[in-house]
Amino acid sequence: MGQTLYDKLWNSHLVHQDEDGTALLYIDRHLVHEVTSPQAFEGLRLAGRKPWRTGSVVATADHNTPTTGWEQGIDGIRDAVSRLQVETLDANIRAYGAKAYFPFLDKRQGIVHVIGPEQGATLPGMTVVCGDSHTSTHGAFACLAFGIGTSEVEHVLATQCLVARKMKNMRVTVEGPLARGVTAKDVALALIGRIGTAGGSGHAIEYAGSTIRALSMEGRMTICNMTIEAGARCGMVAVDDSTVAYLKGRPFAPGGGEWDQALAYWRMLRSDPDASFDGEVALDARAIKPQVTWGTSPEMVVPVDDEVPDPDREKDPTRREDMERALAYMGLRPRTRITDIRLDKVFIGSCTNSRIEDLRAAAAVVRGKRVAPSVRLAMVVPGSGLVKAQAEKEGLDRVFRDAGFEWREPGCSMCLAMNADRLEPGERCAATSNRNFEGRQGDGGRTHLVSPAMAAAAAVSGHFVDVRNWR
Amino acid sequence: MEKFTVLDGLVAPLDRANVDTDQIIPKQFLKSIKRSGFGVNLFDAWRYMDHGEPGMDHSRRPLNPDFVLNQARFRGATILLARKNFGCGSSREHASWALLDYGIRCVIAPSFADIFYNNCFKNGLLPVVLPEADVDRLFYECASFPGFRLIVNLEQQSVSTKDGGQTMRFEVDGFRKYCMLNGLDEIGLTLRHADKIRAFEASRREQFPWLFR
Ligand code: SF4
Repeated sequence: MGQTLYDKLWNSHLVHQDEDGTALLYIDRHLVHEVTSPQAFEGLRLAGRKPWRTGSVVATADHNTPTTGWEQGIDGIRDAVSRLQVETLDANIRAYGAKAYFPFLDKRQGIVHVIGPEQGATLPGMTVVCGDSHTSTHGAFACLAFGIGTSEVEHVLATQCLVARKMKNMRVTVEGPLARGVTAKDVALALIGRIGTAGGSGHAIEYAGSTIRALSMEGRMTICNMTIEAGARCGMVAVDDSTVAYLKGRPFAPGGGEWDQALAYWRMLRSDPDASFDGEVALDARAIKPQVTWGTSPEMVVPVDDEVPDPDREKDPTRREDMERALAYMGLRPRTRITDIRLDKVFIGSCTNSRIEDLRAAAAVVRGKRVAPSVRLAMVVPGSGLVKAQAEKEGLDRVFRDAGFEWREPGCSMCLAMNADRLEPGERCAATSNRNFEGRQGDGGRTHLVSPAMAAAAAVSGHFVDVRNWR
Repeated sequence: MEKFTVLDGLVAPLDRANVDTDQIIPKQFLKSIKRSGFGVNLFDAWRYMDHGEPGMDHSRRPLNPDFVLNQARFRGATILLARKNFGCGSSREHASWALLDYGIRCVIAPSFADIFYNNCFKNGLLPVVLPEADVDRLFYECASFPGFRLIVNLEQQSVSTKDGGQTMRFEVDGFRKYCMLNGLDEIGLTLRHADKIRAFEASRREQFPWLFR
C-alpha cells in the first residue's frame, strides 16, 4: 500500500524504534526563540552537556521585542524581565553558536515562523521543530514541522533527536475556487469551525485539493499555521512548482548542482495515489465566506453575513455554558449581526498573516481611504525586517500611514501582547492572528480573528464588513 | 524529574472545557528564565481580582473568591479534575511547571491537547485520560463530598476512590510510564543510542548534503 507524505517524512527520520512504537526521530532544523529556550540552555549547562549540532539551529528574538523605538537599542525594551530574556538568548547563542542568528535590531530579525521560510532555512523533507506551537507553519514546505516544549528543546539540543510516537494521518481536501475577498485564513477558520479545536488531535494533517494547489506559499503557510488551532501538531502540503519557485535563490536553499539533486528528491514528497488516511475531511471552497470569530476559542466562528449565535438554541449544556461564558467575556449579545460589531483596535500581523502577500491584500483595501475615527489604533506589524523592507519598496507603508495606520517594527507584537502592544480591558480588536483566548491580547481584551483584508476593511468602516463587496 | 508512583490526593474540580495554556499561565509570566516560581501565577487571571505582573507581591493581591482553587475546601489539592481538551493552545511548558509548582501532580480529564500532554510527562506531572462519563461522575462526587480524594496508581494504571468503591483504569504509553515511575532523565536514555544517531546522521549527510551546509 502507498505511503502518505507524513509516512514518508516519518520513515526517513527514524533513527530507532522500540517494540512499543516509541521512536527516536532525527531533527534537521531547530528554530529557537527567547521565550522557550533559556531553561533548555540552562538544563544543558547544569548537566554538563554540549549541543549535538549547532549547525541545525536558527535563532531569533521575536516575542518580547518592541515594535517602536528601535533607535534606542536594547534600552528600548523597557521591561527589565523581557530585556533579560532577550539578552539571555544573545548570551546562549554567543556561547554555543548557531547556523544563523537574527538578533533584536538585525535587518532580518522577525517572527521565527516568517524568517525560517524566508531565509530558505525551512526546506522540503526536513524535520523542523521549535519551542512554539505554530511551528506547524513550516509544513507548507512538505516538512514534518511541529511545536515542542522546553524539555524537548533541551532534548533536541543535546541529542539532535526527539522521542516521538507516530500520529495518525488525516487529509483535508479543499476543492474549487475561492470567491474574491476569501483567503487562506478563511479556509483555516472554516475548517476549525467545522472540526473544532480538538478535531485534529493525535493526527498529522495533509492539506490537498485544487484550492490548496492554487494558493501561494504564503497562503499555505497561513493554513498550516492554524493547524494547531484545529488540535493537530503538524499540517503539511506536498511539494509542487509553487514550493520550488518560492525556494529558488533563498539564502540557505541549496545552490549549484545540489539544487538539482534536492529538486529530484523534493518532487517525491507527496502522498502516493493509493495511500490511505485514518480521517478525511472535505471542504467546498465555493461555500466558504469571510470568517469572523465571535468567542474565546477559534472554533467559535461564523461567516461575516451571519450573526452571533444564541446559546438558547444550543442543546448540549456544557457547550451552552461555554457559549454564555464566551459571550459575557466578549461583551456580545446573542443574535447581533456580525457587521454590527464595532471595533476599538485593529491588528494586522502575527505569524499567521504578516507576510508580504498579507500586507498587499490589506493595503489594497485601505488604499485612498481613512481609518474610521472611532478606531483608536490600527497597526500593521510586518512579520520580519525583510517583509517590512519589501513593503516599503512597494510603497505599502505609505498607503497604511496615509490611511492612519501605525507602521511598526517586526515581531509578535499584539498577537500575544508580551511586549508593550496590547489591548486594554474591554477593548475590542479585529486581529489577523490565530488565538482569541481570554486575555490573549491583553487582560480583558476582546479578539475577533479575521483575514488581513477583513481587518483592513473593519479598520476603515469601524465595524466588520463583508469584504467581498468592498469597493 | 521527580518520580511518580502512587498519589493519594485531594481533588479540585475545574469545570470548563478547552482550558488553554494562556489561562494556565498567562504570557506576562513567561518572561522568567527559570523553571520555578510559576505556582503563584497559576490561572492568574481567574484566581486574582486584579491584573498580575511579574515582580508583584502576589500574596497581597485580592483573590477571586469564586475561583475553585481559592475555596478553603480545595486547599492543598494535588489532583486537578478537568474537562475535555485541557491544555490546548501554546506549547509553553510553563503550564506544566506552574501546575507542579502549585502542587498539582495529576490532572484528570476526558482529553488533553497533544503538546501539553507530552510536556506533563517530562516533568513528573501525570495526565490521566478517563472516559467522559467517569469524569462526569467524579465532578459530581467532588462537588457532593467535601474532602473528596482519589488514589492514582501509575504502576497499576488505576484511579480509585478512597473507600475502594470504584476503580477506573487508564492507558499510558509504556516508555513514558517507565520514565515517570523511575524519575528518569530522557536525554540520558536517548544518549545511550548516540552511536546510532551518529551513524544515521552520517548517512543523511551523504544523501542530503545541503541539509548540513
Ligand atoms: S506571532 Fe503570535 S502565534 Fe506567532 S509565534 Fe509570535 S506569539 Fe506565537
